[in-house]
Amino acid sequence: MPATSAADAVDLATAIGPLKLRNPFIAASGCFGYGVEYADTIDLSSLGAIVVKGLFLKEREGHPPPRIVETPAGMLNAIGLQGIGVRRFVAERLPELRARRAVVIVNVCGSSIEEYAEVSRILSDADGVAALELNISCPNIKEGGIQFGCSLAGTHDVVSAVRKVTRLPIMPKLTPNVTSVASFARAAEEAGADAVSLVNTFLAMAIDVETRRPKLSNVMGGLSGPAIRPIAVRMVYECKQLVKIPVVGMGGIMNASDALEFMIAGASAVQVGTANFVDPFIWHKLVDGLRDYMARHRIARVLDLVGSLDLSPRTVA
Amino acid sequence: MPVDVLAEVVANTHLSDDYSVLALAAPEIASKAAPGQFVMIKPSAGIEPLLRRPFSVFEILRDPSGTPTGLSILNKRVGVGTALLYSARPGDRLACLGPLGKPFTPVDAPTEAWMVAGGVGLAPFATLAESLVQRGTSATLFYGARRGADLFCTDVFDRLGIRLALATEDGSRGDAGFVTGSLERALAARAGGAAVHLYACGPTPMMRVVAELAVRHQCPCDVSLEQVMGCGMGGCYSCVVRARNGSGEWHFVRSCLAGPVFDSRDVAWEELGASH
Repeated sequence: MPATSAADAVDLATAIGPLKLRNPFIAASGCFGYGVEYADTIDLSSLGAIVVKGLFLKEREGHPPPRIVETPAGMLNAIGLQGIGVRRFVAERLPELRARRAVVIVNVCGSSIEEYAEVSRILSDADGVAALELNISCPNIKEGGIQFGCSLAGTHDVVSAVRKVTRLPIMPKLTPNVTSVASFARAAEEAGADAVSLVNTFLAMAIDVETRRPKLSNVMGGLSGPAIRPIAVRMVYECKQLVKIPVVGMGGIMNASDALEFMIAGASAVQVGTANFVDPFIWHKLVDGLRDYMARHRIARVLDLVGSLDLSPRTVA
Repeated sequence: MPVDVLAEVVANTHLSDDYSVLALAAPEIASKAAPGQFVMIKPSAGIEPLLRRPFSVFEILRDPSGTPTGLSILNKRVGVGTALLYSARPGDRLACLGPLGKPFTPVDAPTEAWMVAGGVGLAPFATLAESLVQRGTSATLFYGARRGADLFCTDVFDRLGIRLALATEDGSRGDAGFVTGSLERALAARAGGAAVHLYACGPTPMMRVVAELAVRHQCPCDVSLEQVMGCGMGGCYSCVVRARNGSGEWHFVRSCLAGPVFDSRDVAWEELGASH
């Protein structure tokens, strides 16, 4: 008899282009601080990767509170990309992440094409960065990101500019607040992206009717959580129809079953954000849930699951 | 290092139509929690509501041998999550993550500890009072509410031998007026410059007045701030407070990691009021 159970034998490895991951579960940017906040609570190396909070060249203050509000099966946030700037990240946070053997993806922000390129160049020269996620989709700040993410030419230009300065895998993070996300995935692919990640949050709003004031100081914010999951799954599916590069899916994943929806729709890996707020110990539960599913369905490799949506005619039982 | 336990509700004692003391079996958290720390509790097992809520640890529950068996929280029904917790029944299980946050530093004699609580802001002071008594520090609780019926759990402090200075806005128990009025008179009447360390928790306007009195009367003052929190772990950056760091610069800092206990002089009070 084999010493290991069927669930232990499955191969969870996946890849985002050239970047190999031990499992498909990635901590989403903006939901995991700089990673070091969780270093004493969980084993950072047990995650497929972590995407640290978005970084500009300089420090950023972010928006005043209230920065979040709960909504049905979800939450709005308007943090405003508070951050310590890329140089302080490299000097003060990256060494610990390296020591903890975390696979680090950095979420790169910019107010201009030049800033994206400069932040990317600095990170490429640093030791311990595995890939760059280009934030062209934050809905909460006016002066950066979304202006590129809502224009096909802008998306192309940011990706091309970063492509010229780095050999790291690059993965633009796409906004769902456009007519056709898939066309943006294709623009990114044509400009040399190694992968795309989607979706960022849906621009949304909540009002306190007693005071008639917006519930967020920024008036609008980004909706995340289970409320958005079916839309996100659809968008991942649409993108995968149109591009050959890997798609990393996210949007309201709370458990392994939710993650499987994205993977079957075509995601090579998934990011988990809001669920980490609810349960910082979710990571091993996701891994266990995926192993159990694969054993039950006799699937040996995660990669065999990716894009395995069955569209054959339904048979009458 | 926090732990997450699916804690059984041991008791849920209703103090009024809005307040209850919810006791949870969570020895792993209770044995590590320091005064002023908090826990994140999920009011329901599902996704509605989605997020956990932060609560100061109120009491550490112990078995007859003194071994910690759990903790209680002082819950005030204000929204969906706290309403669910108000109606929780013994035997229910609630996910409880903790202990989290920076605790109070209990002061030593001869300095006296004066705790100032408004309403549900009483919560962090039961464990602090216990710790002060153990150290032999003389302690007083200034405790205010709208009316006498809203002054809860004074027996907890009586048992510990804490001096009580009560105040109600309607004058139905203790001094008539805000608790800060009682505090101000006591500070002015202090015998021969006795050193006092203030600890405050309550509505923001109350804490702001305490912070001002602390400056005027040259007393150190720690406040426990309550902010909307997403995760309690430093992951989401939602619970920020503008505060002064060691170099004297003002920044948005996460109250879950840098707090919830802050030196009152390091808090930008004018902004704290504006956000509510």
